[in-house]
Amino acid sequence: MATAAAAPDLEPASSFLRRRWLSGQLFPYALITPSVAVIAGVLAFPLGMLVWLSLQHYGLRELIAHQGEWVGLGNYQAILADPLFRQVIFRSLAFTFTCVALTILLSTLIALLLLKVRRAVSVVVMSALVFVWATPVIVTVDIWQWMFDYEFGVINYLLTQLHLGNFIHHNWFDNPVQGLGVLVLVVVWGAIPFVTITVFAGLLQVPGELLDAAEVDGAGPWQRFRFVTAPMLKPIFLIVTCLSTIWDFGVFNQIYVLLNQRPSADYYTIAIYSYRESFGVSQYGLGATIAVLMVLVLIVVTLFYVRETVRQAEIA
Amino acid sequence: MIAPGTAQGVQAGRARTATEAAARVMVPRGLKQLVYDATGIGVAAVMLFPIYWMIITAFKPGRDILTLQPKWFPAPFTLDNFKDAIARPFFLDDVRNSLVIVGVMLALALVIAFLAAVGTARFGFRGRTAFLVMIIGVQMVPLNALIIPLYMLLDSAGQVDALPGVIAIYLAVVLPFMIWTLRGFVANIPVELEEAAMIDGCTRTSAFFRITFPLVGPGLVATAIFGFIQAWNEYIIAYVLLSSPHNQTLTVWLASFTTNHGPEWGPLMAAATLTGLPVVAFFLILQRYLAGGLTAGAVKG
Repeated sequence: MATAAAAPDLEPASSFLRRRWLSGQLFPYALITPSVAVIAGVLAFPLGMLVWLSLQHYGLRELIAHQGEWVGLGNYQAILADPLFRQVIFRSLAFTFTCVALTILLSTLIALLLLKVRRAVSVVVMSALVFVWATPVIVTVDIWQWMFDYEFGVINYLLTQLHLGNFIHHNWFDNPVQGLGVLVLVVVWGAIPFVTITVFAGLLQVPGELLDAAEVDGAGPWQRFRFVTAPMLKPIFLIVTCLSTIWDFGVFNQIYVLLNQRPSADYYTIAIYSYRESFGVSQYGLGATIAVLMVLVLIVVTLFYVRETVRQAEIA
Repeated sequence: MIAPGTAQGVQAGRARTATEAAARVMVPRGLKQLVYDATGIGVAAVMLFPIYWMIITAFKPGRDILTLQPKWFPAPFTLDNFKDAIARPFFLDDVRNSLVIVGVMLALALVIAFLAAVGTARFGFRGRTAFLVMIIGVQMVPLNALIIPLYMLLDSAGQVDALPGVIAIYLAVVLPFMIWTLRGFVANIPVELEEAAMIDGCTRTSAFFRITFPLVGPGLVATAIFGFIQAWNEYIIAYVLLSSPHNQTLTVWLASFTTNHGPEWGPLMAAATLTGLPVVAFFLILQRYLAGGLTAGAVKG
C-alpha cells in the first residue's frame, strides 16, 4: 500500500503498470496475509495436534512425560463401539435441530412483526434485543439458574400462579427431558437477538414494489412471504442457519455452568462429552477423538450451507 | 430507471389492494395496529424479563430474595450485594485483565480484519475461495476441543497463565467472523464511487481512504461490538489457560463465584450485573455510530 501511495504521479505509464501489477497480482495477498498468519499461526498447530492426539493413548502419565503411545485408529474403534457415544451424538443432533428450528422460526416472526409495529414500539423491541445480545452468556446462565431455582425460583412461582400445575419445589433438572427443555429455552432466548436483527436487516432490503406486485396478482400474506420474501432472504437464512447450527452443536457453557459444572451423563452433548473424557478422566486421546468426530459430523451437517454460502459470495 | 407508467401502475395497484384488504378483513385498521404493537411490547417484555430479574435481585436485601412469593420491585433498596461482590478477592484485578485482553485484541483484530475484508471484497485472486472456505471452516472447530493442544502450544512459547497467549487465541477465534462481516460492508460500497474520485484526481489509495473508509465506519463499529462481546464473554479458554486468580478474566471470576460460595443469589446477581455492564455501556456509546447498519453487512453475499 505504501508503495502504491508513493508512486510518483509524474510517471503515469509506469505507475499505472506497477499499480496494476500490485493490485492484480500481489496486493490482495498482502491484504490477507496478516489474518492468515494469525489464524494459521494460532490454530494450525493445535488442529494438527488434535488429530495426532486422537491416534494416541494419551493419559495423565503421557501428558507429564510429553510422550503418547501410538494406537492408530484404536481410539476411533473404541468410541464408535461405545453405546454412550451414539446416545450423545443423537442427543446433540436433536438438541441442535430443536434449537436452530425454534431460533429461526421465532426470529423470523419477530422480524416480520418489527415491520408492522409503529416506530416507538420497534425501538423498544430492538433495544430489548440488543440488551439480551450484549449480556454475557455466563451472566445469562446465572440468571436462568436463579429463575429456575427449585425453591425460590420465579418461574415455578409464576407457573403455579397461572394454574399450569403445582410447581412448588419442582426441580427441573431431575428429569433430563425437562432439563434439556430448559436448556433449549436458554439457548434460543440467547440466540434470538442476533438472528432477528440480521433477518430484519434483510427484510428492509426487500423492495416494496415486488410485494405490491405480488399482492396485485392475488398473493395472500403467506404466499407473498413464501414466494417473494423468502427467496430474497435466502442468503441470509443460509448464513444464519449455518452459524446457528455450528454454535448450537458446540453448546458447552450453558450446560456446563447451569448444571453446576457437574452435568450427569443424561445431559452430555458432544462438546461436554469430549471435555469430560479429556479433563474429567484425563483420557486426552479419547477426548481428542471425540472432538475430531464432532468436527466431521458438523462438516457433514453444514456442507450444504457452506457450499451455498460460498457460492452466493462468489456471485456477488 | 422505472418508466413513469409502471410506477403509476404500481401506485394504483397499491391503492386498490389497500381498499380490497380493508374490505376483506373487516377489522378496523387501528385495532390491527394495536394488536401488532401489543405483541411487540409483549416480545420485548419476555426477552427483557430475565435481565430485569437479575437487576432487581441485585438491589434486594437478602431476606427479600429468598421468599416463596417473589417481590416484583426492590422495595427496600440496598447496595450491600454490590459492596459484597466488589469486596471479593481479585475482582479489580480481573476487571483490569478483561479490559486489557479485550482492548488489545480488538485494536489488532479491527486492523487485520479490515485488510482481509478489502482484499476479498475488492479483488479477485487465485485462492480467494479457499480463503473464504477457511474463514467459515475455522468457525466450526469447537474451541474447547483445542484446549489441550493450545495449552501445549502456549507452554512451548512460555505463555501459559499470561495474557498475551489468551489475546492471540481470542484474535484467531474472533477474526473469521469479523472478516466475513466487514467483507459484506465493503462489498456493499459501489466501487464506482472510488473510480469517480480517481477520475477527479485521487490516487487509488487516497480514493480508498477518502471515500470507502468513511463509508465502512458503521461496519467497523458493528464488527467491533461483535468482537467485544465475543472476547468479553469467553469463558472456557480463560478458565483453563489462566490459572492464577489475579490473571483471570471477569467471566472466570463470575463462574467461580457460583461454585465456591453456593447459590448466594444477591451478591451473584450483583456480580453478574457488574460483568454485563461494560458490554452494554460499550454498545450504548457506539450505537449512535451504527445508524441502523448493525448487521446489514453480515449477510450481504
